[in-house]
Amino acid sequence: MLIKRPSDIKESEVTDERLYVNRRQFIRTAGTLGAGLGLVAAAPSLAACGGDMDAEDPGARAAGQEEELTPYEDVTTYNNFYEFGTGKDDPAKHAHTLSTRPWTVSVDGECNKPGTYDIEDILKRYPAEERIYRLRCVEAWSMVIPWMGFPLADFISDLEPTSQARFVEFRTLHDAEQMPGQRRSVLDWPYVEGLRMDEAMHPLALLSVGLYGEVLPNQNGAPIRLVVPWKYGFKSIKSIVGLRFVRDMPMTTWADAISNEYGFFANVNPGVDHPRWSQKRERRLGELRRRPTLMFNGYAEQVAHLYEGMDLRRYF
Amino acid sequence: MAYRVVHAGVFLLSLVPLVRTATQALGGGLGANPIEEALHRMGWWALAFLMLTLAVTPLRRLSGWGQLIKLRRTLGLFAFFYATLHFGVYVGIDQFFAWEFIVEDIMDRPYITVGFTALLILTPLAVTSTKKMVKRLGGKRWSRLHKLVYLAAALGVVHFLWQVKADIREPAIFGAVLVTLLGYRVVYSRMRRHKARQPKEEGAPMPYEAGSAPAAGRAGVP
Repeated sequence: MLIKRPSDIKESEVTDERLYVNRRQFIRTAGTLGAGLGLVAAAPSLAACGGDMDAEDPGARAAGQEEELTPYEDVTTYNNFYEFGTGKDDPAKHAHTLSTRPWTVSVDGECNKPGTYDIEDILKRYPAEERIYRLRCVEAWSMVIPWMGFPLADFISDLEPTSQARFVEFRTLHDAEQMPGQRRSVLDWPYVEGLRMDEAMHPLALLSVGLYGEVLPNQNGAPIRLVVPWKYGFKSIKSIVGLRFVRDMPMTTWADAISNEYGFFANVNPGVDHPRWSQKRERRLGELRRRPTLMFNGYAEQVAHLYEGMDLRRYF
Repeated sequence: MAYRVVHAGVFLLSLVPLVRTATQALGGGLGANPIEEALHRMGWWALAFLMLTLAVTPLRRLSGWGQLIKLRRTLGLFAFFYATLHFGVYVGIDQFFAWEFIVEDIMDRPYITVGFTALLILTPLAVTSTKKMVKRLGGKRWSRLHKLVYLAAALGVVHFLWQVKADIREPAIFGAVLVTLLGYRVVYSRMRRHKARQPKEEGAPMPYEAGSAPAAGRAGVP
């Protein structure tokens, strides 16, 4: 039995209605005409969210509204997925070696429903919906991506975590045959990420299985990946094979690799610079000028309460 | 004559990275983030030309082709050219002349501080690269000043090393090349000093400054 709980956020706030209504047409346009033409909300968006946007007022720019989608071509040829190489174009070049069927997600730790879940069953059980989110990379570039997926909270609720579960840990596939980038020990494989339980249960946290109305391409984390739009991109772990409910904060891959540069929380925060680059601004792919980065990537209204009283300089 | 052909070839080849990047930029061939791609390429070539410049002297000695030394200035100026383009792309396109952010970057981010310092060091070397300036400074002072190229190259490698997140393979290769090129110089000068000392050990008193022994040694390798 799937337990549905009402969402805190109306769907219309997440996805601009015009985009939603036009998405079929949009998907076709973008798919056939390719890069640079995904300008459904182009004209008004330029006027409404130019460089001088007031970062104090996220309400003026609700999630995903009035912003151009990043073309499919760019979303699928420019990203970090070190399992296939450290260049931005490596995932698109090398991810064909990943085999996404059969695929299972193992669940263990502090929950009543541990086990191995087949991806086909997951896809059947949780119908995918479209969510248009901003994606902000810690390297100060960003995109707007129409994901297909379902709330992580739905999946977690069904697994019945116990009261002992304070964090949930995710694990990427570890198989150098399929993921040639793992032959080099650039990172400590397998890639591990984690969320606090309240973050994981937040309605914006998504398990994604597709983008632009299509099945998720291998290079974007097929067959199932996490999308946490208010955190830097590296939190949104790809090609998930394991999920574990734990009592203690898990050690995550990037925090383990360079602890003074990458923290567990990794919330998008223009006020806390990365030691090697400024986080105050970002380059939205396709735009010439950098735009100001918004607190929690523009989702402050929805998620700021999760971090009330926390020193975000310390817990970066 | 042969040298002229080689020089013209080197000059034209040195322009290829720029021409290729420019044409790809116009044709949309630089990928999803063309500004970053152009920025990285110009920086990469600046470092590559610095290494080529530093390779001239060892190659000249090993090959015995003295004319090669004339390529050093051209290659060195191309290193400065690409470093300037790298900085230009950063200031004019990547940051779009947002001076308050540029100053903050240069002051607060060590890898940018280091890269900017390398460019500052290269600037007087480029300015004094003409024959006229060599004459005006005098050979000794000129070559002492131009020893700074070693520092600029080392800072360039550190700049690259600090910029990457986890995969240090490429900057490490540049570092290894630089260590090899500098190591060659250390070994070479030790060997020369050793040769110069030998007659002394045989009991023949030699004035310290007598350059005849090393000069003879060098004569074998024109």
